[in-house]
Amino acid sequence: MTDANQTPQQPRRTNVRVVGWCMAGVLGMFAFGFAMVPLYDVFCEITGINGKTGGRYESTVAVERDENRTVRVQFLAQNGPDMPWTFRPVTRSIEVHPGEPVTINYFAQNPTDRAMVGQAVPSLSPSEGTLYFHKTECFCFNQQPLEAGESVEMPLIFIVDKDLPEHITKLTLSYTLYDQDVAPAVSDNSRVRKTTNDNG
Amino acid sequence: MSAVADTHAQDHHHHGPAKGFSRWLLTTNHKDIGSMYLIFSFAMFLLGGSMAMVIRAELFQPGLQIVEPEFFNQMTTMHGLIMVFGAVMPAFVGLANWMLPLMIGAPDMALPRMNNWSFWLLPCAFLILVSTLFMSGGAPNFGWTFYAPLSTTYGPPSTTFFIFAVHIMGVSSIMGAINVIATILNMRAPGMTLMKMPLFVWTWLITAFLLIAVMPVLAGVVTMMLMDINFGTSFFDASGGGDPVLFQHVFWFFGHPEVYIMILPAFGAVSHIIPAFSRKPLFGYASMVYAVGAIALLSFVVWAHHMFTVGIPIAGQLFFMYATMLIAVPTGVKVFNWVATMFRGSLTFEAPMLFSVAFVILFTIGGFSGLMLAIAPADFQYHDTYFVVAHFHYVLVPGAIFGIFASAYYWLPKWTGHMYDETLAKTHFWLSFVGMNLAFFPMHFLGLAGMPRRIPDYALQFADFNMVSSVGAFMFGASQLLFLLIVVKCVKGGEKASAKPWDGAEGLEWTVPSPAPYHTFSTPPVVK
Repeated sequence: MTDANQTPQQPRRTNVRVVGWCMAGVLGMFAFGFAMVPLYDVFCEITGINGKTGGRYESTVAVERDENRTVRVQFLAQNGPDMPWTFRPVTRSIEVHPGEPVTINYFAQNPTDRAMVGQAVPSLSPSEGTLYFHKTECFCFNQQPLEAGESVEMPLIFIVDKDLPEHITKLTLSYTLYDQDVAPAVSDNSRVRKTTNDNG
Repeated sequence: MSAVADTHAQDHHHHGPAKGFSRWLLTTNHKDIGSMYLIFSFAMFLLGGSMAMVIRAELFQPGLQIVEPEFFNQMTTMHGLIMVFGAVMPAFVGLANWMLPLMIGAPDMALPRMNNWSFWLLPCAFLILVSTLFMSGGAPNFGWTFYAPLSTTYGPPSTTFFIFAVHIMGVSSIMGAINVIATILNMRAPGMTLMKMPLFVWTWLITAFLLIAVMPVLAGVVTMMLMDINFGTSFFDASGGGDPVLFQHVFWFFGHPEVYIMILPAFGAVSHIIPAFSRKPLFGYASMVYAVGAIALLSFVVWAHHMFTVGIPIAGQLFFMYATMLIAVPTGVKVFNWVATMFRGSLTFEAPMLFSVAFVILFTIGGFSGLMLAIAPADFQYHDTYFVVAHFHYVLVPGAIFGIFASAYYWLPKWTGHMYDETLAKTHFWLSFVGMNLAFFPMHFLGLAGMPRRIPDYALQFADFNMVSSVGAFMFGASQLLFLLIVVKCVKGGEKASAKPWDGAEGLEWTVPSPAPYHTFSTPPVVK
């Protein structure tokens, strides 16, 4: 089978090289596909485009109220799929001065007869305001366990940054509460009934 | 003198193919594999097309008549997947297999065994994909773009089979692309420098690089889906800290170059056919090569124009809008060159030329609706309407599919040794042309009037245009059976074709007899 090596074009050797480079490209691009996940997270953290407010805010600069303007902050709550808890903001809307720390509460109750764990995921709109909304304390930083029938008021302390662009006068913070026990069961066949096939 | 052919001859008494089924199962001959790719892709074209017929039959009138909505969704999904991955892409790989070695004066593809493997993976992949139609919960029903969470959290159980099918067809495409690159880079006849390569070879070389760059990203995104569905990860699940929008970014990073994968080889083929039937050399060869390169490079930086409505900062919208519009420049160069080639040529309109001229005109219409969609503020109106459906069918049907028909008619005499029936072929063209325009042109109006895509029912004011569209679709669909008849007739017999049946045709493939012998260019030709 060494005949091919004796042809004038000597293809076999260069073929190995070309295939090698191509396979390197394939593996590299496969890795790049996965690298897009952390890259996307970093990009969103810098730009705030997906409305995900950041983690705990710590500032060494003394906060100073901007008495000249107010910003209306609205609070929304919704439940993820199959989340039976009662979940709502205690304060639905509040006028704040940029720079002042404000505390509000969300109310959650587990009406079922079993202990459950919930996780709230925030989203801020407009996304342009995301970088200017700082949370010094938030129930969304941790999972929230609740015993059967138990209820809880969950605090959120936030500061609207003084540098918030002038044209933004209203921020809407929405929390979606997810049942943390559901996730592993996603692939169960029982989920079939919840697919879009039910719509007919 | 050729070392390959001579030593080969000592082991065997004949140079022809083996007999029976094992010829096709075990073949490493580029012509056999090319034929198998083309036959397979046509079978998939008919299968995907019959699904389109179900869709158009349901949409013939408002209200639900024929199929349940969930089955309708499965039809739209499978139609898209089969046409993209089963019909258009394998057809171009088949053309590449048949023609690349003949065009560059090589005896075969560079990696013939891998070639065999990459073909036989395809029927396996599509067997898996089509089998999902018979599974509990039905076939994938989330559209060919399979956006998460529709395809992850809410997908049917068969989604996992769909993912494996995509993996396998991805592997097949990647191997095909590697083979094309190795063939073109290593096996060109002496004297054929890169800038002397026929344009079909050039466009396929660039397409192969696009495939290598983006098919692994597709494999990555379906792998993430697989893990979200079965292993409890949260790439696209907000409850676990993921983001569904990430799916769209990764998908369209693959998806946009993918649409050029489906059109660039057609650009190349048409760039041979138009000069052949204009009896003039191609106008602006070098600019054609650079234009294809520019289109391929730009295709990597425009993906977010598919997702203007998900919430992109204004700077991002502007960037993707302008980058997208920039693609019109190299594309315009190509259209200009084709028209300039025809200008003052001695034109004749045999079937390949008819399909090519229709390609230029109708692809340009599809390009213009693409420019309309690229305008970010206007896209909010057009997004997810039938205008989008009209746009991509105008670039894919008269673009990719007419390009494939033109190529098939152009090279059929070389493949079979017989001339096809010109009258029937012209009938096929006109039926396809009229049917296709009847089917897809009214969709522009429907979309602008607000009819959403991927729905089995619609408001009454859309009824008339939908009926016209369905009539056109049935006409287009039925006329493809005529194509089957023409090809079968041509394979079985007909007027003998000479080595160069088109008097204006250029290229090495016309220097070998028709039909092309089982082994060609055992001695490399010299290109001056």
